[in-house]
Amino acid sequence: MSAFSAIKILPTHSVASHHHRRRRLSSFPSTCAADLFCSPLAKPIFSSFASASGRSVRGISANVVSDEKQLGSASSVITREEALDLYEDMFLGRSFEDMCAQMYYRGKMFGFVHLYNGQEAVSTGFIRLLTARDSVVSTYRDHVHALSKGVPARAVMAELFGKATGCCRGQGGSMHMFSREHNLIGGFAFIGEGIPVATGAAFSSKYRREVLKEETCNDVTVAFFGDGTCNNGQFFECLNMAALWKLPIVFVVENNLWAIGMSHLRATSEPEIWKKGPPFGIPGVHVDGMDVLKVWGVAKEAIARARRGEGPTLVECETYRFRGHSLADPDELRKPDEKAHYSSRDPISALKKYVITHNLATKSELQTIEKKINEVVEDAVEFADSSPPPPRSQLLENVFADPKGFGIGPDGKYRCEDPGFTQGTAQV
Amino acid sequence: MGCGASRLEPGEDIPPGLLPFRRRLQELKRSRTEESRRRRRERKDSIVSTTELLRPEERDADDFETTEEEISRAVAEKMTVRDALNSAIDEEMAADPKVFLMGEEVGEYQGAYKVSRGLLDKYGPERVRDTPITEAGFTGIGVGAAYYGLKPVVEFMTFNFSMQAIDQIINSAAKSNYMSGGQISVPIVFRGPNGAAAGVAAQHSHCYAAWYASCPGLKVLSPYSSEDARGMLKAAIRDPDPVIFLENEILYGESFPVSADVLDSNFCLPIGKAMIEREGKHVTITAFSKMVGYALKAAEILSKDGISAEIINLRSIRPLDRDTINASVRKTNRLVTVEEGFPQHGVGAEICAVVVEESFEYLDAPVERIAGADVPMPYAPNLERLAVPQVEDIVRAAKRACYRSVPMAAAA
Repeated sequence: MSAFSAIKILPTHSVASHHHRRRRLSSFPSTCAADLFCSPLAKPIFSSFASASGRSVRGISANVVSDEKQLGSASSVITREEALDLYEDMFLGRSFEDMCAQMYYRGKMFGFVHLYNGQEAVSTGFIRLLTARDSVVSTYRDHVHALSKGVPARAVMAELFGKATGCCRGQGGSMHMFSREHNLIGGFAFIGEGIPVATGAAFSSKYRREVLKEETCNDVTVAFFGDGTCNNGQFFECLNMAALWKLPIVFVVENNLWAIGMSHLRATSEPEIWKKGPPFGIPGVHVDGMDVLKVWGVAKEAIARARRGEGPTLVECETYRFRGHSLADPDELRKPDEKAHYSSRDPISALKKYVITHNLATKSELQTIEKKINEVVEDAVEFADSSPPPPRSQLLENVFADPKGFGIGPDGKYRCEDPGFTQGTAQV
Repeated sequence: MGCGASRLEPGEDIPPGLLPFRRRLQELKRSRTEESRRRRRERKDSIVSTTELLRPEERDADDFETTEEEISRAVAEKMTVRDALNSAIDEEMAADPKVFLMGEEVGEYQGAYKVSRGLLDKYGPERVRDTPITEAGFTGIGVGAAYYGLKPVVEFMTFNFSMQAIDQIINSAAKSNYMSGGQISVPIVFRGPNGAAAGVAAQHSHCYAAWYASCPGLKVLSPYSSEDARGMLKAAIRDPDPVIFLENEILYGESFPVSADVLDSNFCLPIGKAMIEREGKHVTITAFSKMVGYALKAAEILSKDGISAEIINLRSIRPLDRDTINASVRKTNRLVTVEEGFPQHGVGAEICAVVVEESFEYLDAPVERIAGADVPMPYAPNLERLAVPQVEDIVRAAKRACYRSVPMAAAA
């Protein structure tokens, strides 16, 4: 089986005979489509877990849930270094988020804190393939995307603690992680808000190459968002424009099946999100989001397509969050058997097993990584805790790139030139 | 968010209509004790670690159990704003089948802030309708339904999300009666928490009072107490025009005394009438929503310094009760306005204009305007505190208006 055995590519869509579209779809290995047709896993079975509404709660497509024993048919392509990098990044995401929960309940963090536990394979599988210049646009569940993109754990933790040393100087918080240096451009708390911004980032990449003649510019943008977002207007508007202008972007749906307490199946008339790509001329791919190697395999091709200038790809990763929507969510509507099912498919233990059985690393080597990461997270907490809070003067900083935007004061000078302004005591 | 209340037991539904007080008491008692038991039971089944998911108030189980006496004393005299809103929607849905509730997580989740608790069980999914996350879409659908005489109550999980739907609110709802020459009225209520909560940073802390109040065709209400919440929400649902109903997350759990009149199902407050919460003679302080509580606290402090402050709870931002404000200023000759929103073009600016236009010659001091800082809400708690009005800011402003000496003011 190829690395793509777990994905589905829309085969003979009613409009797929359009030669243009067929050409686009063909950039995924043809074997994979063939595999899917003869594979028993490709049968569109719905799982047996029935919700109160009588519809299937999980397992939107069978091939992502029935292949539990086998992880990553990508064995032939992944190297030891790559596998360990994925493992380290996923373990960092998990360890960091577990620490966040503890710190939240100790009152070190505030407001809404949304944790990523369970979904690590998606962030890791995509972001570890990006270059430093490539962009990532995230949602309010953004800590782990930031970590995968290379933002230091110290900076993310300090931001969560509301400290001046945070990646946004304590001004953004849990839902608004930004790092220009790492090309992490949000951190958006509103559903669907990040998709147009990401599309704009991809637009700028193409513009720089084609209009500003920066010929080496082939930067790719990856936009992460959830299943709930896919019923939102911005999603469809941007699928259209991204395809229309062939923008270098990958739309990654982290379908964790629930939008707070709203089951994806109760909210969505056509729950197979990947199918919404082809009507716009965008390949749609469905991948097991609990299997990092499968995500990684799909991501490789989708990112390469974007970099080659072949346009956007829509990837639906079926995943699951192991915790409530936020740390304040009582999480009463998800059934225990559903949670148990997914927790048994923990992407980190699965990768661990794979790495060991394929002799990519020994158990003790992995333990060394785990120990190192736990220390990184401990260190991040210590750093954040001992960092100073933002000074009072910072309240009025960064509202404008040019603080003259605060206007002119009664003395005829710009208000920002008032000494009281920088001391945070000015009336503005 | 998410206070995680349980539903009523099957077969124990309270009949629609007026909520008899005793039954409410029993319901609350039952749900509180069962909730704590059930939650602990559920934590055990949870796939995640159990202890850390417990909220601080749950960790110490003994503290969480409330004695019967405590509950009955609390409920007999008081009602939370959350229950006031819940009962108002409940009663209006019972009284008029055209009323329905629509929004994200209003049904099975019982409301993101549990305001719609129990309504799904009572009225079913056709009338308590969970929507996908599509503000522009479901707001427009609500408006269209209102064109045809239904009375939708559209909940925004927070008013911040109403920005996604502002075209439908302003262009489709507010202007339709006018554009159609009076043929199409839009009896719809848009409601949800507005303004700053705690620690939720720039995108979740915006106050929309001034935005919506600047638009003709809308009525904009903002309750403070449980009485306000009940009386004004019922008035809003019965009103034939689009009403923006701005609640406050922090106030949901706050209890206020309520009289038997307020609990009557016919209770309703007039739209456009402010309420004098505390009479005084030296300075008028206007406020709405959470800031009324702050103003009352400030008045308490001021009284110790011999300053008698008159506190006006605006209740209605549009129409604005110009008469009550002007009458008060003509009596006290001084005005302090308080709001959580941004200062420029804010509610305080409008009130100031109203007083300058009608009572200029009565003013003995410049108008003092207290507002949120002119910055997006910062996340760090020390900066956040600086960015929203505090009781001491109100005290200082009132003293300045009364020409008392005051220490250096804090930022904005």
